[in-house]
Amino acid sequence: MFDIKTDTRKMPIEHHFNPYEMNGGTIVGVAGEDFAVIASDTRLSEGYSILSRENPHLYHVQPHTVMGSVGFHGDSLTFNKTLQIRLRMYEYENNKKCSTPAVAQLISTMLYSRRFFPYYVNTIVAGINNEGQGCIYSYDPVGSYEREVYRAGGSSSALIQPLLDSQLGLKNQGSFELSRSYTVKMSRENVVALVKDVFTAAAERDIYTGDAVFINIITKDGVFTEHFKLRRD
Amino acid sequence: MQHPKQQTTNPMVTGTSVIGIQFDGGVLIAADLLGSYGSMAQMRQLPRVFKVNEKTVIGASGDYSDYQFILEKIMQKVNQDYCLNDGYVYKPKQLYSWCTRVMYNRRSNFDPLWNRVVIAGLEDNQPFLGSVDLLGNAYEAPCIATGYGNYLAVPIMREFLEKNNNKITEAQARDVVDRCMKLLYYRDGRAYDKYSIAVVTRVGARVEECKELQTNWQVASQVASYD
Amino acid sequence: MFRNQYDSDVSVWSPQGRIYQIEYAMEAVKQGSATVGIKTKTHVVIVALKRASSELSAHQKKIVPIDDHMGISIAGLAADARILSRFMRNECLNNKYAFDSPMPVSRLVALIGSKSQIPTQRYGRRPFGVGLLVAGYDDLGPHLYQTCPSANYYECKSMAIGARSQSARTYLEKHLNEFPDCSLDDAIKHALRALRDTLPNEIELSTKNCSLGIVGQNTPFTIFDDEKIKPYLDAIEGDARGNAGSDDRRRPGDDDEQGGRPTSEARVNVLTESMEH
Repeated sequence: MFDIKTDTRKMPIEHHFNPYEMNGGTIVGVAGEDFAVIASDTRLSEGYSILSRENPHLYHVQPHTVMGSVGFHGDSLTFNKTLQIRLRMYEYENNKKCSTPAVAQLISTMLYSRRFFPYYVNTIVAGINNEGQGCIYSYDPVGSYEREVYRAGGSSSALIQPLLDSQLGLKNQGSFELSRSYTVKMSRENVVALVKDVFTAAAERDIYTGDAVFINIITKDGVFTEHFKLRRD
Repeated sequence: MQHPKQQTTNPMVTGTSVIGIQFDGGVLIAADLLGSYGSMAQMRQLPRVFKVNEKTVIGASGDYSDYQFILEKIMQKVNQDYCLNDGYVYKPKQLYSWCTRVMYNRRSNFDPLWNRVVIAGLEDNQPFLGSVDLLGNAYEAPCIATGYGNYLAVPIMREFLEKNNNKITEAQARDVVDRCMKLLYYRDGRAYDKYSIAVVTRVGARVEECKELQTNWQVASQVASYD
Repeated sequence: MFRNQYDSDVSVWSPQGRIYQIEYAMEAVKQGSATVGIKTKTHVVIVALKRASSELSAHQKKIVPIDDHMGISIAGLAADARILSRFMRNECLNNKYAFDSPMPVSRLVALIGSKSQIPTQRYGRRPFGVGLLVAGYDDLGPHLYQTCPSANYYECKSMAIGARSQSARTYLEKHLNEFPDCSLDDAIKHALRALRDTLPNEIELSTKNCSLGIVGQNTPFTIFDDEKIKPYLDAIEGDARGNAGSDDRRRPGDDDEQGGRPTSEARVNVLTESMEH
């Protein structure tokens, strides 16, 4: 029986409330020699409902850096807001814009700061580094990160990543040469075409991916955007 | 034996769906007047859509006391605006952003406000419609519905908007909202046949007199499980 | 030698109803180098004269960006200005975080007023020794504010503060009616000419000692200095300078006059202002 003399203030609190939700969405990033491409679908889901068909998961955080963030949308929104503020503070303290590798490190630190109540998000950062090279960074929800050549994240990542391994990584296709390059040799046009294809493929099988793809192509001249329609069911 | 402390993280008196839709030159939201206590229809004249200022209206489903708490906080801020009298008035997007922060912070402290809030208004003469839920999840869309409305009303409103290229008149919007409210009353066991509309146009924001749905239950006897 | 008995702390009144510490702080503003602000119907322009403490040191920064829609220029203790500018930047970021919108200029200036008031009333503290010109643009249009160590603040059509700024104000008063309909370029020229009037005849404005800040409709706050300000300096080169002869006189309580009691003129400046509200 419940003991009325027990001091409830000193007890642990039991929670039944689940603070997380999975809102779906897929992001893909590819690093080219002098460009980077990052794309996301524009669907926002809640259970089996589509909340919005026009909600890209990309955040333009610096002139040459775009962050893609999918998972729990509430965390994505908050993380992006906090990041914008941290970047502004960086500008004040250093009198310059934050470079893509610096943004990448900052995001890692910020994700880890919530190690024990994580932002439930998959993150990919795309941009141009100080050498003018395209670069992609990918993260787990608690901030472990790595520079990569290409990466798919979010609800369709398991569908798209193997396809990218085949088409961009040329894995197990007879060439045993270990690539030391951080970029793909493909042209912008071909990368964009590939990205459209992988999204079209993913939208066939994943209900949390669809409606449209929003593609950002980042070059030294800034960010260019493209819109591509997907199936809407 | 020690029992862990339990928090009241479930709603008491609740409101069901709120629906909202943008039209050419404005936006409107609607919600019925029922406050349910579990499955009991307890309060039947409970207003759930409110005017915040001349540019913004608000509505919410979920726990009514949590909604009153949010509304009170917002009205305090609006009153501060009024008292400062410096020409600045909260715009819908600002209040929407503020609501996302409050809802997200509360969920992060494991003490959520058990609502889904809908904020509508005119932002620099462009219609705005956004929604925030108890997790701090937020989005903007040309049509929004909470609760059962998300399943029943959104498909109707979306189809209607798409057919008309997202350009509909106020009269069309009212018509489709009335149809949706009727459907919700037929299908949602926590819905009611009296509802009120809040509308924002260039003229300003206002909450209208309550409307009563003209329903027809003749077909009910034809439904297999009716008896 | 008379010692002033009533100037040891801000919590001490003089029998004449003055608080000397606040008046001294007001004097600190007049020792800072001059800065001028002009408001048109769409833009605000601030220009400032930068000083270098020695041949070896760089010129002190005078214009500080606060947010995309706001910037300040400072006259007085630069170290105190850093505290205020950090406060302003923080408030702008907080506003952006909570409301996803830029901080209204008048509300931020009111917050500075409240912040500055505290050390004008508590013993053991000293007022901020800096005056600001706040230039901003928001939903209600362009704004130019002046803030003082006394915690007063004023919305202005145009204003000059700092050393020998009376000459600049004379210029501004003379051309006041032209400002609202001025083009941006003309406003910059007016501001630079007003600033130049604060200089002794033998000194000229240069890319080294002068900087410019602009904000307005569709114009985020931008600073122009070094080579970027050259075209504007060239544009006013050769224009007639104000009647420097009469304005160049040293005024009591103005310019670089060191220490001492504020004169009656300073008193008028401080106390009539603080009584207004």
